[in-house]
Amino acid sequence: MKITESQVRDVADLANLNLTDSEIARLAKDMDEILTHMDALNELDTSTVEPMAQVLYQSGETATLRADEVIPPLGNETALANAPLAGAGYYKVPKVIER
Amino acid sequence: MIIASLTIDQVQAGLSARKFSAVELAQSALAFAQTENPKTNAYLHFCPERALAAAERVDKKLATGEHAGPLAGVPIAVKDVIVTKGVRTTCGSRLLERYVPPYDATAVVRLEQAGAVILGKTNCDEFAMGSSNENSAFGPVRNPVAPDRVPGGSSGGSAAVVAQGTAVAALGSDTGGSVRQPASFCGVVGVTPTYGRVSRYGLVAFASSLDHIGPFGKTVRDTALLLETMAGRDECDSTSAFAPVPNYTAQLDGKVAGLKIGLPREYFEGLASESGDRIRQAIALLTKLGCEVRDISLPATKYAVPCYYIIATAEASSNLARYDGVRYTTRANQDTLSGMYRATRGEGFGAECKRRIMLGTYVLSHGYYDAYYLKAQKVRALIAGDFQKAFTEVDAIVAPVSPFPAFKIGEKVDDPLEMYLSDIYTITGDLAGIPCMSVPCGKTSEGLPVGMQILAKHFDETTMFRIADAFEKAGGFAGSN
Repeated sequence: MKITESQVRDVADLANLNLTDSEIARLAKDMDEILTHMDALNELDTSTVEPMAQVLYQSGETATLRADEVIPPLGNETALANAPLAGAGYYKVPKVIER
Repeated sequence: MIIASLTIDQVQAGLSARKFSAVELAQSALAFAQTENPKTNAYLHFCPERALAAAERVDKKLATGEHAGPLAGVPIAVKDVIVTKGVRTTCGSRLLERYVPPYDATAVVRLEQAGAVILGKTNCDEFAMGSSNENSAFGPVRNPVAPDRVPGGSSGGSAAVVAQGTAVAALGSDTGGSVRQPASFCGVVGVTPTYGRVSRYGLVAFASSLDHIGPFGKTVRDTALLLETMAGRDECDSTSAFAPVPNYTAQLDGKVAGLKIGLPREYFEGLASESGDRIRQAIALLTKLGCEVRDISLPATKYAVPCYYIIATAEASSNLARYDGVRYTTRANQDTLSGMYRATRGEGFGAECKRRIMLGTYVLSHGYYDAYYLKAQKVRALIAGDFQKAFTEVDAIVAPVSPFPAFKIGEKVDDPLEMYLSDIYTITGDLAGIPCMSVPCGKTSEGLPVGMQILAKHFDETTMFRIADAFEKAGGFAGSN
């Protein structure tokens, strides 16, 4: 067993994800199978291998700084157009600070 | 006007001969697509106003003798993970059902500037996660070639509209094979360019170190034209490459004699027999055209699936964190902030997205990071190294796209691991960041299309397109069965 239902609940908590009991049971089974499959990587000795953190690291520089020029922003109204709840130019969320 | 079989060249010829105007073509194409769409569910929604406005701009330019662009009047479709200003972009998810982006993706801007006419947005697996298009919140897509079968995924809708003829060409996205595999299942051409070749500005992120935008078309030339139009550095995407973009279409001369092609032996083990037969016949044709074919080995291939599903899910769990009910249209109302996050995500995401968020969160979590994520990054270096070594000996690699042709809707939906394993031949190209494409190479005895994959060095799309084009001109698309 790579993962138990109780561990699945802990991971769901980290991921901010509500899951039903039946989803948890199903995920425990699926994740166990997939994580077991992933163990195949342990067959490889990678002690001398550098992790590949950049896809094109051998193909020249891609990250640069652009000129520091002002460009027109989206604007408050446009940026908030998809907000589920907006007010006074901000996204509104349930209260987080009691006073 | 016969819409279904049009290629980009034929659109251009028709426009310059005044056989039809861009507006007439757009109207006919929209009417045809709307009539045919119920057969496949390939389009999620249409954008007739935008299409007609684009077509009018083309006609106005043509009337004044101005150059209307290399894609003038060409009706295209765009996968619904690529944002379109003012046109709904759902990513195949309930969470974004009502999301109307405030800006256009760079790829979309460049295609429209070249005269393309966007008809609508295509169905896909939710947030591009899937290999069958069955993970869309808005229903599966049916394969136009065999309606009881999947079109492949995740860009299933984009492959289907090109195969169905309800768009001349289409845009998709490829993270682990999501352009090439549906192209092979539907019998069209699909291209995944080099990582960084096309700006991802406006591509809704799934796994950022693997995501690509790529074109679908009926011909190699059409996809080459789309790619050269949208490729190149974009200030809005820091990962887009500075490498100059060659004129691919000018180099499609049909001459491939002397090119060295490698056949990786690991890709031919466990291949369904009929798919294998078609690929081997295709290779025989390439030999006849003068290509020098030799066996090569890519030994890390067997580790590609676990490597990919660690990296892709880890990145997905981070990228999908933004769908928390604060900014993107859908919110489950709860008394607390944390409760709102959890309920919005629990109600909004489909089963496959949840599975990947959970796997990704697990492999990144404390105590597991080294064992999974770091290990996978090292294995990724081995996979990329295999290709690098192979390309010192050969100019290109030819391989299958999928172990089997299009399967029945519902056939694999209950076995996620088996579905993941079916991505084996396509995920390696994404992990290495090299250009790769699928071209049709005939059909099985049941009439199901088979695709052949061509892979090339970083930024050497030219060689890949030249081989594909020579293969097409020699009649390879029809196969020999």
